[in-house]
Amino acid sequence: MVYTQSPIAIGLFFTFVIFVLGLSFYLARRTSSAEGYYAAGGNIHWFTNGVAFAGDYLSAASFLGICGMIATAGYDGWMYSIGYLAGWIVALFLVAEPMKRLGKYTFTDALDSKFNSKAIQLAAAISTLLVSVFYLIPQMVGAGVLVQPLLGLPHWVGVCIVGVVVTIIVATAGMASTTYVQFFKGALLLIMSTVVVIAVLMRGLTTAPENNGAAYHDFKTMQATAALELSEPGYTVVAGLDSEFGKAGFVKLSKAGEESIWQLNQTASGYTLEETLYMTKMADGTKKFNGAAKEEGKFFPVGHIKQLKVDGQEVAATGAVGPFAYLSALKDSTIVLWGKKYIQEGDATHTIYYQKPTPGSRVLRPGLKFKVDNATGLQKFNFISLMLALFCGTAALPHILIRYYTVPSQAAARKSTIVAIAAIGFFYVLTLFLGMGAMTNGVINLTDNNMSAPLLALSFGVVLFAVISSLAFATVLGTVSGLIVAASGAVAHDIMDNFLGMKMSDAGKVRAGKISAIVVGCIAIYLGIVFEGMNVSFLVGWAFAVAASANLPAILMLLFWKKTTAKGIAASVLVGLISSLGLILISPDMWVRYGLLPGDAPIQFNSPALISIPASFLALVIVSMMTQKDVPVDATETAGA
Amino acid sequence: MGHGPAVKLGKDNASGYKTKLGVSMFIAYTIVYAIFVAINATNPKLMQNIIFGQTAAVVWGFGLIGFALVLAVIYNHLCTQAENKMNDE
Repeated sequence: MVYTQSPIAIGLFFTFVIFVLGLSFYLARRTSSAEGYYAAGGNIHWFTNGVAFAGDYLSAASFLGICGMIATAGYDGWMYSIGYLAGWIVALFLVAEPMKRLGKYTFTDALDSKFNSKAIQLAAAISTLLVSVFYLIPQMVGAGVLVQPLLGLPHWVGVCIVGVVVTIIVATAGMASTTYVQFFKGALLLIMSTVVVIAVLMRGLTTAPENNGAAYHDFKTMQATAALELSEPGYTVVAGLDSEFGKAGFVKLSKAGEESIWQLNQTASGYTLEETLYMTKMADGTKKFNGAAKEEGKFFPVGHIKQLKVDGQEVAATGAVGPFAYLSALKDSTIVLWGKKYIQEGDATHTIYYQKPTPGSRVLRPGLKFKVDNATGLQKFNFISLMLALFCGTAALPHILIRYYTVPSQAAARKSTIVAIAAIGFFYVLTLFLGMGAMTNGVINLTDNNMSAPLLALSFGVVLFAVISSLAFATVLGTVSGLIVAASGAVAHDIMDNFLGMKMSDAGKVRAGKISAIVVGCIAIYLGIVFEGMNVSFLVGWAFAVAASANLPAILMLLFWKKTTAKGIAASVLVGLISSLGLILISPDMWVRYGLLPGDAPIQFNSPALISIPASFLALVIVSMMTQKDVPVDATETAGA
Repeated sequence: MGHGPAVKLGKDNASGYKTKLGVSMFIAYTIVYAIFVAINATNPKLMQNIIFGQTAAVVWGFGLIGFALVLAVIYNHLCTQAENKMNDE
């Protein structure tokens, strides 16, 4: 797809940037103390903190990734929303108040609250840094991807803009400015996503979607005999049934020198041919889209309903509908999804996207992305393991946990979590309508479904697109700010102040935090540039799996098992960290990234949580039992308190 | 060592009650979530059945999100009540 830059989008983006920078410099006056810098003075109102939680948590992965996944894989994309939201239950019922009671500036503080253990300080700081970096990379790469359609600038410029702005936000006023940036971003995200969903419902469903006034591409079909004599004049067969195309269920045709690829559907008298979209990658790395350069715009946006039914009657359009009527009509209709196949032709690799009409009721239940139908034991294991990681990961993400230190009391920590659940839950409901809206409004870019939500907004006009795109950029700003605060806290507070025992004054601690933020910001910019072009959204999955394995067992056992020792906690963090990372590195998904066959990977599942979380618990219990003489006298105050 | 809360917290006599309540509610939600995951893993076709005019999967999804919010509100209400009663005594 070819994007055009919108002056409104550019104006809105820079307005937001100037606003947050001005706010940061204003708040910098309040953050002369370590409490001010790392915990915003501990006096943020619970409602503000709750919305900031949403701003912190709803990263580009949630806004762009989930909507894109729902747009192409239906309900399976929404499973991520459900799992992520469920994770907040762990945070509310088990973690929120104790974290507030035990910690000071970082997640490590809470784990180490009763021990003063160098092993815990180092292990938890490493875990915080790793999880934060895994989370940072996709956000920075996402910033680079967003800047191309929004500002018309190259990838590295987008990464640098975000990196520099966020580093200034964090280095000026630390958690105070980060909190307000996240609050405004969270609130705007909820409001504007609601506006887009209302627009989707007002438009209703139709079999002929319009995209900002432009008609949907008319995908052609034609008939052919068993010997491939075509019903449409002018077409000749370039690669027929005996070619690699034919073996994969396609044919390559030519008309007036223009080549096209068609899907073969066998009928009683021959074949029905359906037009496809295809992307060709040449040996030198150049790409063509439907046989032409990208700028020629021949690679059409897709997503439509083949047969629309309301109350059993076939209709062309529904008109404005309510949310439940919208889902009900989708369930009764037939939606065209898009399959993908690869064909090698000499030096060229064709990626062919072909139509797959699918009943709406099938789209609105799991199984299009996850292998759960007639699944093997390993496939079921993989699915359950992923859902476990989503459930356990949220309450163990360091950049989320440090937000509990910004409120004045345990009750405020609890109330802000409830506001977060309401805000995030509401947003995740919206993602279903945003994703299904993109699926049926002819806006999906099949080569990059991450842009589905902004492109859905574009179908309503350039103003809404401008707002949503600049909001997507703000989403990156908000999340990256939180991650840099968490990572700089791990370096300055956990490692320099506590682990290395560097005696720093209050002002020195703030200075160390600011310098750490600048260094982490520079590293984030570097990583965002070197990972350009890589689909790194899997790193968010890594962050969840590693956090759930390394951090959650230690937090829970510290709170609920009085025999927990310092060595047990350190062992738990390290075992969780190493086992989850190790299993990911030898997984089939990683084998593909190494250029190897996934079937040759030593293990045949991608999500490690079902093994690494129990391993982490086990390590803690075994090591704690072996080191009982180290149990602090007041441990019972923590466990079960 | 540099730990302990960043702001001074008063003694919370309701802490034990809130922990027990939190664990009970966590178990209740986890059971429902586990059933949802188990159905999807073992018999996903059940999720295509129609309930209240929607697929069962959609009803489960809205249900889990709504259930989380309802439990959260009840939890906060009971905790606030306990704090008011036990910390004022």
